[in-house]
Amino acid sequence: MSSDLASRASESKDISRNKKKLDGKGQFWLVFRYISLSILFVIAALPIYIMVINSVKGVTGVNQSAAFLPPTSLNFGAWGPTWKILREPMFRTLGFVLQSSIISAIIGSINGYVFAKWRFRGSTVIFTTFLFGMFIPYQAIMIPLTQFNKWAGIGGTIYVLVFAHVIYGIPICTLIFRNYYQAIPNELIEAARVDGAGMVRIFRTIILPLSIPGFVVVLIWQFTSAWNDFLFAIFLTGGSPKLSVATTALNFITGSGNQVYYGNNMTASLIVSIPTLLVYMFLGRYFLRGLLSGSLKG
Amino acid sequence: MALKSAKRKKHIQNPWGGFFFVLPSILAMAIFVYGMIGWTLKFSFSNRTSAWKKDNSFAGLARYTELLDDPEFTHAFSNLLKFTIVFMIGTMISGLIMSLLLEKGIKGEGFFRSTYLYPMAISFIAMGTSWRWLMDSAEGPKATGLNLIFDKLGLSFLENPWYTSIKGSMFAMALPAIWQMSGYVMALFLAGFRGIPDDLREAARVDGASEYKIYRHILFPQLSPTFLTVLIILGHISMKVFDLIYGIASKGYVTKVLAIYMWQVIFDFQNYAKGAAIAVIILVMIAVVVIPYLIYVNKTEEAK
Repeated sequence: MSSDLASRASESKDISRNKKKLDGKGQFWLVFRYISLSILFVIAALPIYIMVINSVKGVTGVNQSAAFLPPTSLNFGAWGPTWKILREPMFRTLGFVLQSSIISAIIGSINGYVFAKWRFRGSTVIFTTFLFGMFIPYQAIMIPLTQFNKWAGIGGTIYVLVFAHVIYGIPICTLIFRNYYQAIPNELIEAARVDGAGMVRIFRTIILPLSIPGFVVVLIWQFTSAWNDFLFAIFLTGGSPKLSVATTALNFITGSGNQVYYGNNMTASLIVSIPTLLVYMFLGRYFLRGLLSGSLKG
Repeated sequence: MALKSAKRKKHIQNPWGGFFFVLPSILAMAIFVYGMIGWTLKFSFSNRTSAWKKDNSFAGLARYTELLDDPEFTHAFSNLLKFTIVFMIGTMISGLIMSLLLEKGIKGEGFFRSTYLYPMAISFIAMGTSWRWLMDSAEGPKATGLNLIFDKLGLSFLENPWYTSIKGSMFAMALPAIWQMSGYVMALFLAGFRGIPDDLREAARVDGASEYKIYRHILFPQLSPTFLTVLIILGHISMKVFDLIYGIASKGYVTKVLAIYMWQVIFDFQNYAKGAAIAVIILVMIAVVVIPYLIYVNKTEEAK
């Protein structure tokens, strides 16, 4: 259902039909729409534009009153020192984010398969109780979770974050896969059953080969949200520099006191944003799909 | 389509095999969502008000009554309400406008759509740097950021101290939030509009209905489930808002909301019981909206 939703939102409408000659009023509205869209474009793009142009003006070369203007000459002076600070946290983030997204996707696909195709008595209720986990404020579980981490012996390691993103990613990953598998016709599964295939075998031979787009959606979703996460990172690592990840390291750089080094801060912010921006640029369609799947209904 | 076939054969037999495979996740949710919420609840009813005095005795509602008398808490609470109202209305309107501009299809749609949506892909700790600069409070000759634009455009009356003023702080803080979420709302509405068959409009047009009337009486009523979804999504995000504000103003007093205050109470004051009580309040505010919604969704699912 939600995959329909995503394609509806992500496929440009066929406008060839509307290509009748526009009358004066029609032309006015078309111009009006383009002007409005362009204004919104400028507003939407402004913050990232600021970030990009000021990252090539050197560490202190940002003249406040000219900060809106593109640089007169390119100066990558801020990149070297910033990258030096961010390199380790960035790789640490990459490592844990990949682990947590892959595990999440596997769990999500198993759960989604069951909730879509092998419903049992009470499965809808259980599924709904899962979904509530998507909405909870993580503050409400943070104190016990830190205690649990200590007790389980993973406190002070990066696995606190892998664990948190896997566990609290279960609802959304399950939901995305459930919606995805619901679109697979039951007849396909029935036919396999008649041939004597069981639940696991159907999953392996029929469902999994069809699941690649579902996996891409979930992997991107989990990658982006874990990469951008700040709340878990700051709570569970307690701000320990040994465990700093992209967002906490960035916050350390840009946090109060350093606010005058705009060139540095903008560069650091841009570096931290590049991985998720790249994913968005190349796989935006799947990102949108994940977003809309998280909305339950449409 | 898939739903219709699901209606015919709701269960494909052998019901308990499936249960076995989701059991680990059921246990995980039971422990780490519901169990830990219960644990937090227990904390909030305790006397564990400092890190070194490990007094876990039962205190009843003491922490909650303390919060009511805590000016910092009421300040954060009213800030959150202000933020929520401006953020929800603003995002709803701008997302709706974006989708209205795009829904009939226009050349370059994909380009505009992706630009409106990219803020969702970036961390607010990163975007906070830009927004902090854009909403710099300096005015007049020292102005930077948006104030500078206003100054240059001869709109200096619009210059304002943004999120640093006591009165307007939360309205200013809602701007980056609106900026971030509008694209999402646009996508939801766009999917809604595109789900309405074109014949409906055509028929109304043939009957001589004006465009305004078509939207007012035909299209918007069809979108009411989308409106509900948008309200729920924006509402729960707003209640939890944390890194957006932390990324711009850190723990500053004028922009303090519940999540920021809770963080401060836990880390700076090490008052676990009080922090837990604030967390429970955030949770309850979300639950009263989300639980009825989930029950409604569950019912409509089962009716299918």
